[in-house]
Amino acid sequence: MSAAPTGAMPAITYNFAYLDEQTKRMIRRAILKAIAIPGYQVPFAAREMPMPYGWGTGGVQVTAAVLGPDDVLKVIDQGADDTTNAVAIRGFFEKTAGVATTTATREATIIQTRHRIPETALSEEQILVYQVPIPEPLRFLEPRETETRALHALAEYGLMHVKLYEDIARHGHIATTYAYPVEVAGRYVMDPSPIPKFDNPKMDDCPALQLFGAGREKRIYAIPPYTSVRSLDFDDHPFRVQRFDKPCALCGAEGVYLDEVILDDRGGRMFVCSDTDHCEGRQAEGHVGEMGVAGGSPSPRPSSPRGEGVAGGTPHLSPRGGGRPVGAGEGASGAEKLP
Amino acid sequence: MTDQPLLVAEGLSKNYGARIGCRDVCLAVHPGEVLAVVGESGSGKSTLLGLLSTELTPDAGRVSYRMRDGRLADLSTLGPAERRLLMRTDWGFVRQSPEAGLRMAVSAGGNVGERLMAVGWRHYGDIRAEALDWLARVEIAADRIDDDPRAFSGGMRQRLQIARNLVTRPRLVFMDEPTGGLDVSVQARLLDLVRSLVAELGLAVVIVTHDLAVARLLSHRMVVMRHGRVIETGLTDQVLDDPREAYTQLLVSSVLAA
Repeated sequence: MSAAPTGAMPAITYNFAYLDEQTKRMIRRAILKAIAIPGYQVPFAAREMPMPYGWGTGGVQVTAAVLGPDDVLKVIDQGADDTTNAVAIRGFFEKTAGVATTTATREATIIQTRHRIPETALSEEQILVYQVPIPEPLRFLEPRETETRALHALAEYGLMHVKLYEDIARHGHIATTYAYPVEVAGRYVMDPSPIPKFDNPKMDDCPALQLFGAGREKRIYAIPPYTSVRSLDFDDHPFRVQRFDKPCALCGAEGVYLDEVILDDRGGRMFVCSDTDHCEGRQAEGHVGEMGVAGGSPSPRPSSPRGEGVAGGTPHLSPRGGGRPVGAGEGASGAEKLP
Repeated sequence: MTDQPLLVAEGLSKNYGARIGCRDVCLAVHPGEVLAVVGESGSGKSTLLGLLSTELTPDAGRVSYRMRDGRLADLSTLGPAERRLLMRTDWGFVRQSPEAGLRMAVSAGGNVGERLMAVGWRHYGDIRAEALDWLARVEIAADRIDDDPRAFSGGMRQRLQIARNLVTRPRLVFMDEPTGGLDVSVQARLLDLVRSLVAELGLAVVIVTHDLAVARLLSHRMVVMRHGRVIETGLTDQVLDDPREAYTQLLVSSVLAA
């Protein structure tokens, strides 16, 4: 497995994919156990990684453990390939493993993600690695770790419904829009990481292997291919995903998750695909949204709301445009239309 | 009341290191019966309650409980899953401090509904209707259902705790000083409520109290504890009006007459 990075030899040489072989073995064991018990949080000896907690230390370790020299890696953050987190982690593995990287979902064999599942359907040949901040779905309901472990062991998940009850009592509907709890394979209740609940149905019966790594909390869990994943709900308040009024402003896609981008300080805004690869692919196929540019080449994304300094070709770019786009799942968004 | 006891304790002992928590306690609680455990602070009342409710493990002796199917099961032989199911369906535990017995960050309706959801209720409307019904029974106004208990007075919190425990129609409720820390008029209302609920639902109750007036008002039988041992048992009025042991006589004579 150990191979020196290709190209000019740098001053520092890394073991393949940064981690030493013993560490990768340890993580692979945890992954195998996690796959054997879908949804169960397996403790593992997470290492310090050369990045701060909260930036994907868990996901990076899982990726490093499953990565081979022939793999093609894609890294997304909030659906985008061009954000700081995605660019940094992609660069990390280019440097330490010398693997090929891509932004195209179809070409990737391993996709590390933060906060989204790609719009393009995944295949059996792919592994989706999630970065997880807080793996315990019961954490904010029951602060004692000993107690939450007992609740998982005995499958006592009434508490999870107390949270949903509170949502309905306060808001009239289930207001949890991200990190929406799911039941995996009819047994363990799991936090799907802070993906919008829009993506929850994609986890159900997914052909790809889904791995979840939480670095700070030192937990790994998994959903094997073709496993049932059910979002918790009430009989009279069934689970529903977010819906959007308008299609993507650039590619006209419907039924995809949209980001709100503020264009100026006079209330101008647009809604664009959160999945950049999906959006660019559609534009290349000739789909044009109401604010897109016809003629083949993808129109420049109106921002750099994702922080990566994309050439700003859009007029009326407000100073606030430099911020993070507001995902409809995470805050107030005009696009979110709830039943 | 039937002849068959609901809860039976035999030779219960618990030591905290060299100190005695509770020594050689035997008692039986029958369905529909209210048993008061009285004694001064440090006499082992709360230890006994902990042992009976399986929150503490006895060093010697055993506790048996008559399950719904009629068999008398030794509680130490039940698995943790079965024991927890028992605790959240067939039993209730009303604690002295409502903060310990309630989820303070969850609304009153959520607090009452938690046990229902834990036993598999998955219909929001039904859970809410049941919660409203129970709030009415414990005299909490319906418009407070979405307030969390931090906004409630001490007496309301205690009534909410009672509703939360009774919603699954338990057969046995443990109460640890339920009126402690409440002023007298609130105490009186709470006792009145408990008494009527106990009568209405046919509950068996084990109530720990240092307040003999509470014992007299609520209980049918009582157990007097001192230094971890039971020194006197009997019908409540018999023990209170004609105490046999010297210590019980002291206890009864220590009550201040208003």
